[in-house]
Amino acid sequence: MTHLSLEQVGISFTRAGRTTEVLRDVDLKIDKGEFVSLIGHSGCGKSTVLNIVAGLLKASTGGVLLDGKEVNSPGPERAVVFQNHSLLPWLTVRENVALAVDKVLRSKKSRAERREWIEHNLALVNMTHAAEKRPHEISGGMKQRVGIARALAMEPKVLLMDEPFGALDALTRAHLQDQLMEIHLRLKNTVIMITHDVDEAVLLSDRIVMMTNGPSATIGEVLSVPLARPRKRLELVEDPTYTHARAEVLEFLYARHAKPAIAA
Amino acid sequence: MALGTTLGRVAAVKPEGARRPLVTRAALKGLALRIVPPLVVLAVFLLLWEVLCQRPGAGLPPPSRVVTEAWDIIAHPFYDNGGTDKGLFWHISASLQRVALGFTLAVIAGVMLGTLVGQSEWAMRGLDPIFQVLRTIPPLAWLPLSLAAFRDGQPSAIFVIFITSIWPIIINTAVGIRNIPQDYRNVAAVLRLNAFEFFAKVMLPSAAPYIFTGLRIGVGLSWLAIVAAEMLIGGVGIGFFIWDAWNSSHISEIIVALVYVGVIGFVLDRLVAGLGHLVTRGTATA
Repeated sequence: MTHLSLEQVGISFTRAGRTTEVLRDVDLKIDKGEFVSLIGHSGCGKSTVLNIVAGLLKASTGGVLLDGKEVNSPGPERAVVFQNHSLLPWLTVRENVALAVDKVLRSKKSRAERREWIEHNLALVNMTHAAEKRPHEISGGMKQRVGIARALAMEPKVLLMDEPFGALDALTRAHLQDQLMEIHLRLKNTVIMITHDVDEAVLLSDRIVMMTNGPSATIGEVLSVPLARPRKRLELVEDPTYTHARAEVLEFLYARHAKPAIAA
Repeated sequence: MALGTTLGRVAAVKPEGARRPLVTRAALKGLALRIVPPLVVLAVFLLLWEVLCQRPGAGLPPPSRVVTEAWDIIAHPFYDNGGTDKGLFWHISASLQRVALGFTLAVIAGVMLGTLVGQSEWAMRGLDPIFQVLRTIPPLAWLPLSLAAFRDGQPSAIFVIFITSIWPIIINTAVGIRNIPQDYRNVAAVLRLNAFEFFAKVMLPSAAPYIFTGLRIGVGLSWLAIVAAEMLIGGVGIGFFIWDAWNSSHISEIIVALVYVGVIGFVLDRLVAGLGHLVTRGTATA
């Protein structure tokens, strides 16, 4: 059954009297526990799609349904892992997670249960050792792990990730991708992730949603990645399904929908 | 005291090896570099003053005469003969109490108004031009008006402090609020923080470095204003003390009082800066 559905979502921005249509007719149905990637050239409106699902932006046309209910404001059941981690710099790692847990689960869990839940989520991303540190004292990869812990700790129905590993070096990124796969396998979250990394998309996703270039961007093609889980990055390198999926995405991005600005 | 213990450690460690004393010496050198130049300049200044004011017909007393003439008030800051005949400590403490009260009120009102102006486009358009005009009014110009309104010296002086220090607090708080990154607002939105939680947990800490810049400017202006205001309203206070000394031609006492005013203004500034450093955990410029 469809868990999350985007129905004919479109959005336009008006600036200085000129209206630009950024998205048109974005239609997507996502099942519970599915891991979906959104890929496309920069400026195509991937982040806009995610922000509409998060409720941070309002669609001009169409709408988003989560378990049959319309989404029209931000909320913890659609937790966001922001591209630049967005940890509050005056709080320690633990306090950043605690802020979310204490606010979102105040009525569901007792104080002691919440303390335990905070520690559990820090342990999930291997950040227990740095719980007392402030964001500026830890590396970029660690910050992103805390961002993931904060989002997961809200017990979201859908986890929204906006290029979570975009700003990290390749080795750290691979490490975090492995951790994310492990967490996803264990918790079976529904995830929408934005990326512009083809390998990342193929490795992590059940389905890859490829977006056309803007303005008036929409979904160009949806590719299923029928690889069994757990996936091992080393074994996949020469797997025909993997290489085929990778080729499909590359073909879409660089042959059929090459970015004109880059070609120029 | 601290110097003594450091020297003591140097002596104790010396037989073990030459490495640690070297570090201590570097630290001592750093300390000396900070303290020696102002002391030298101060000594030269005092010497120059002494020489210039020793000549017959000089308008101001030389430092040596300041000390001997004003020795009474330097040595006995705590005496209290009733009325306004009190030691410097009592005058300064009365002034500080007025500043504390007026400044506290300014902090509360200033941060709230600044938040309003920073958060609401409409409030900014409406209030900002008015603030920009009002803030240029010299502190003492408010005094007659507040005397007319309150009909008493004490609340008038406090009002002058309030109205003097509130503008930099409002303006800096508003800038701080306007500069809260959209990311933090998004986090708050996803968590569904209510208005109060957002104010206490995101706005205040995020804007704190700006707010403390405003507080530092504000406390400095308060101290500038209180001395002038007290000259006019009378009663116990350092401003009145200076005016009274002038009327009795006790120039040496004025000079001693000015030294106190300067040192206390400096301490107030450092105090607010230090508090800001503590609260913002080092992100504010101290």
